Order: sequence, then C-alpha cells, then structure tokens
Amino acid sequence: MSRKLEIIVLAIFLAFGAQFVYMSSTTDAEYGGADGEAENVINEITGGAYEPNAEPFWEPPSGEIESLLFGLQAAIGAGIIGYFFGYYNAKKSHENELGYKGKNKSESDRQSL
Amino acid sequence: MHIMEGFLPAPWWQAWFAVSIPVILYGIYKMNKLVSEKREILPLLAVAGAFIFVLSSLKLPSVVGSCSHPTGTGVAAIIFGPAISAVLGTIVLLYQALFLAHGGITTLGANVFSMGIVGPIVAYLIYKAGMKAKLNFYAVVFLATAFGDWATYVVTSVQLALAFPAGDVLTFAGFMSSFGKFATVFAVTQVPLAIMEGALSALLFKYVVNVKSDILVEMKVIEDAAVKKLRGTSV
Repeated sequence: MSRKLEIIVLAIFLAFGAQFVYMSSTTDAEYGGADGEAENVINEITGGAYEPNAEPFWEPPSGEIESLLFGLQAAIGAGIIGYFFGYYNAKKSHENELGYKGKNKSESDRQSL
Repeated sequence: MHIMEGFLPAPWWQAWFAVSIPVILYGIYKMNKLVSEKREILPLLAVAGAFIFVLSSLKLPSVVGSCSHPTGTGVAAIIFGPAISAVLGTIVLLYQALFLAHGGITTLGANVFSMGIVGPIVAYLIYKAGMKAKLNFYAVVFLATAFGDWATYVVTSVQLALAFPAGDVLTFAGFMSSFGKFATVFAVTQVPLAIMEGALSALLFKYVVNVKSDILVEMKVIEDAAVKKLRGTSV
C-alpha cells in the first residue's frame, strides 16, 4: 500500500505547525477563541448596548476543567474510531486468511454486522 | 466556534430553531429507517459521529492569531447525506452547550443550521459534483469537507450580521458592513483549519476504502469500479 496520501497530509500538518511556531514567536497574538472576538465585534457594532438574553446553565469552573471536558470529548471520539477500524481491519485480514475473498462478502457482512 | 449562549436576540434564535427542527426530525426519521434496513452501517455511522466529536473538540491556532475548531461534519455528509449529519451535529452541539458552555441552548438552532445543515449540504453537493466530473476521489473529499467546514463559519457570520446589522436597523448596507466584520473573525480564521479538516477527512476515507469499501458502494457513495481502481493504484 502506497503512503502518498499520508505524506501529503503530514506535509500539510507540518506546514501548519511551522506556521504556528513562527507566528507565535514573532507576533504577540493572544490565540483567544474566535467566539470571544465575535463578542467584541458585537459590542463594537451595538456600542456595548447588547445584553445577552440567556446565560449558560453551567460553566466549567476553570480552564483546566474545560480542557478536561474537551479532552474527554476527543477521547470518546477517538476510541470509537479506533475500535471500529481495528475491528474491520482484523476482520478483513482474517477473511483473507481463510480464503473468503472470492465469496460474496456483503452477505457475510450483513450477518455479522 | 459557535454562537455563544444568549448572543442571538429574539426573534432570530427562534427563527433558526424553526428552520433547523424540521431538518433534524427528518434526519432522525431517515437515520432510523437506514439503521433498521441496513444494520451493517451502524459502526460506520458511529465512526462518522465520532469523527465530528474529535474534530470539533480540537481548538486549533490559526494564522491570524485566534483559535477555532474544525467541524468534521463533511465525512458524515458524504456517506450519509446532510439530514443524518444534522442529527449527528446536534448531538455534538448539545454536548458542548451543556458541559462546556461552548455554543448554547438558545443558540442551538442557529448553530445546528450552520454546522449541521449548511456545512454538510455544501460538502455533499461539492462531493457529488466532483465525482460526476471524475476528479480524483481523495481530492474531491478534500475539497468537499474543506469547503463544508468553511461554509459553516460563513453562515455563522451571516447569522450574526443579520442579528447585529450596523446601525441597528436591518438594511443591506448595514448587513454587509457587519458581515464583513464577523467574516474577518470567523471565516478568515477558519481557512487554514478547513484545509486541515479536508486533509484529515481524505485520510479517513482512504482507510474506510481499504477496510470497509463494500458499505460505501452500498450507500452509493462510490462505485465498485472506482474502489478497485483506488486500491489498484493505491494512492
């Protein structure tokens, strides 16, 4: 299996990472959330007259707790992706080993989910 | 970055709920039908949902010095269509609104509209057009998911500009002036992140094609001949 796509994606990520390292060391950008900046724009447009008409029920008490919950969200997602890719991958190589390759695969998939 | 809790005045937040709820209900109906007819798609549905979970939790720094996160809804849109993507997007937005004070309950309708509905529709249309034009499969996935991500934030800017036009009265000039400001914050920040999302989505599809292409063929995402070609040339 060729790794061309992986190399392209890795190159994009490295370019992004290099850009970030360069920008963050040469400028004093704050890297705050874009939604916070949108709040500033709203204040600027309305002249600070707008009052939010609702408050969140619950807010993470600190930045640490917020990171925890964001990390948890990523972990749940990554776990599910890894589980099913591992399952499919093992199933595929097992089937190949048993020589099922020529048979009607969609039939066997249907029975075993 | 979604519209924060309380930052859409009436009647806008109600209006976006009115638009989004029918789509979500239709999506739930379609999802139930699909799952009861083809149970074997369930793991792939979970993967598509999980992909949204992962990507929308990653707040990345952008070139312009602020952070935002990708949406990840393009993958679900390509495999399952925009309506089912709206349901998956709603689940993620609810999680973030309830546990992270990110987005909000009153703004949920507007955020579902941008992230769960328009983004996936854009991704879906670009994907279909690109496949019809017989472009490289992974390039089409890249374009579809990147523009779907970007469209989400253009829509967010439109929603905020409609609610907060310059000069307090909704005129075309006032809308455009505000839209320019919000788009500078959201849409510009999002450009590099959309490129990252496109690249990651293309990679995910490569692995799906490798281990589970029969479901993609069954869902009419890609033709059998195209899968054989992809595996043969194996990008």
